[in-house]
Amino acid sequence: MDVALPIAIGAMFAASVYMLLGRDLIRITVGILMLGVAANLLIFVAGRIAGSGAPPLVAAGMTAASADSANPLPQALILTAIVISFGLSAFAIVLFWTARRIFGHVDTQRHRLAEPADILQPVPPTVSTTGTEKVLA
Amino acid sequence: MSRALLPAIVLAIPLTGAIVGMLAWGRPRLQRAASLAASASLLAAAAILLAAVDGGGTLVVQAGNWPAPFGISLVADRLAAAMVVIAGLMAIAVDVYVAADPDRGRLTRDPCFVPLYQGLLFGVTGAFLAGDIFNLYVWFEVMLICSFGLLAVGADRARIDGAVKYVVLNLFGTTLFLASVGLLYGVTGTLNFADLALKLPLVENQGLVAALGILLLGAFGMKGAIFPLFYWLPASYHTLPTATAAIFAALLTKVGVYALIRCFTLLFQHQSDIFAPLFAVIAAATMLTGVLGAAAHFDVRRILSFHIISQIGYMLMGLAIMTPLAIAGSILYVIHHIVVKANLFLIAGAMRRMGSDHHLARAGGLWRREPVLAVLFLVPALSLAGVPPLSGFWGKFMVIKASIEAEQIMLAVTALVVGLLTLFSMIKIWNLAFWQARPASAAPVAALTRRERATLLGPIVGLAAVTLTIGLWVEPFSAFAIATGAELLSRGAYVEAVLGVQP
Repeated sequence: MDVALPIAIGAMFAASVYMLLGRDLIRITVGILMLGVAANLLIFVAGRIAGSGAPPLVAAGMTAASADSANPLPQALILTAIVISFGLSAFAIVLFWTARRIFGHVDTQRHRLAEPADILQPVPPTVSTTGTEKVLA
Repeated sequence: MSRALLPAIVLAIPLTGAIVGMLAWGRPRLQRAASLAASASLLAAAAILLAAVDGGGTLVVQAGNWPAPFGISLVADRLAAAMVVIAGLMAIAVDVYVAADPDRGRLTRDPCFVPLYQGLLFGVTGAFLAGDIFNLYVWFEVMLICSFGLLAVGADRARIDGAVKYVVLNLFGTTLFLASVGLLYGVTGTLNFADLALKLPLVENQGLVAALGILLLGAFGMKGAIFPLFYWLPASYHTLPTATAAIFAALLTKVGVYALIRCFTLLFQHQSDIFAPLFAVIAAATMLTGVLGAAAHFDVRRILSFHIISQIGYMLMGLAIMTPLAIAGSILYVIHHIVVKANLFLIAGAMRRMGSDHHLARAGGLWRREPVLAVLFLVPALSLAGVPPLSGFWGKFMVIKASIEAEQIMLAVTALVVGLLTLFSMIKIWNLAFWQARPASAAPVAALTRRERATLLGPIVGLAAVTLTIGLWVEPFSAFAIATGAELLSRGAYVEAVLGVQP
């Protein structure tokens, strides 16, 4: 476990960065999800996994939990982070779905409505960026 | 009301606003009233907090009476209190402006707007008052999810395109932040800012600490739009409705800057020989790329978005020099910039409402039609460029004086040149939107009623008055900034207030 988990986390970070560098929104989604999981595992390992995995309970007559009990704090942090990343990922996926509906494809290189190629010309842009049509209900 | 609980009370106000906003779903008038009441009380409570902190020292709330560093601490020192006050000021100014509705009802009609707006303020206020770094992460996320929601309220096609970039880069940034929080805990076994300030210098492997600093720099830098991590900002801000753009421009990047100032004065100060030269390069590059980007564009909102980036550079100069005067200059600059930048975005919305266009080639004739707006534009525009005696001059004066004293001549020269180029952009807007004749093809504009004009111009006049006050009566503001700078660099007061021990 001591060696396997750090290597797995490193591999996940590398893989998620590779996915995020893609042009495809689906790859980016997978990258974001994997990055969140990798960060959670990183907290888990950085918070030191105890050898015996004993629960962090203070025995009668003692003032502190035994040294080999599991550290509950990183687990609380991860729990918070999982909830947050669930919400954010759900939002991101709906947003990407909307973008796919608008553009008809998921290639971010060709998503150029907000920054059309001719924005630096001192003449008005060909694509109106001030439309009032509503896309998200 | 106990003085000690003030930070918690401040925090409860926008939360209440968001809850009432949700309960009043589908009743726009009630929502509007709740939002205005919450924003006004936030400003009032924040002012009381600032007075209490300035007179009586740092205030700490230990949630549930758990002693630090085991529980959750809310800490209001001078910097945090000042940032909360300025957030309250922005809250009320933008909230009044929303009622004037330059985007023709899109925001006021949408039931999501008020809960998300108050939720955003809740996240921002929480981030300023957070006493430990994991809580800072949680507040970042509260702020982020609300900003995502505001991006999507009544979005058009271009806005969805901008939102994709904004969402992906911000998600990456916060995950980086989370990973560095985990590693920080692994290295020190604590997450409380004051406790970290004591324990980080004692860590044996200082190389690891420097690496953590770089990770946090990347995470906050992405949020704060520093060079070279700013690309999401000019890709998305110009697609937003005016009110949303104004509150984003005023507060979101500045939360990143606040986190940078907090972390690199409190946690990594002992490593400033590594980070100060890095910040000098980043500050200069941020200023230059921002201002050159603005010079190239012809859309008012894009120009203003790029100027957000260039001004972030000035705020980082304090961290590059690390003298009390430099930090004070940065703080004065942040305060001045929030007011001025929000005001410029509000003015851009008013210009459009009064018959101009966001694209300067289709704009014109505003000086003849709306002389009051023209004069109001000059106040924040010249202040942004740093023309005396407006507020921007004093912020620039302090950081440039500090950099010359520290013999960082290149940084001072860059700051002065960027000031000139800023003036160029502002003159470009002035010439094309106000001075040149109105294009013959321009569509006729519906005249504003007296009431509409008052709600549209009221917040602009108010913020311009704040800019003029800081400019003409700078003494109390600069004295406060210098006291804050000294407090941040000495760190003792903060640590003692939270942990009860002298460092």
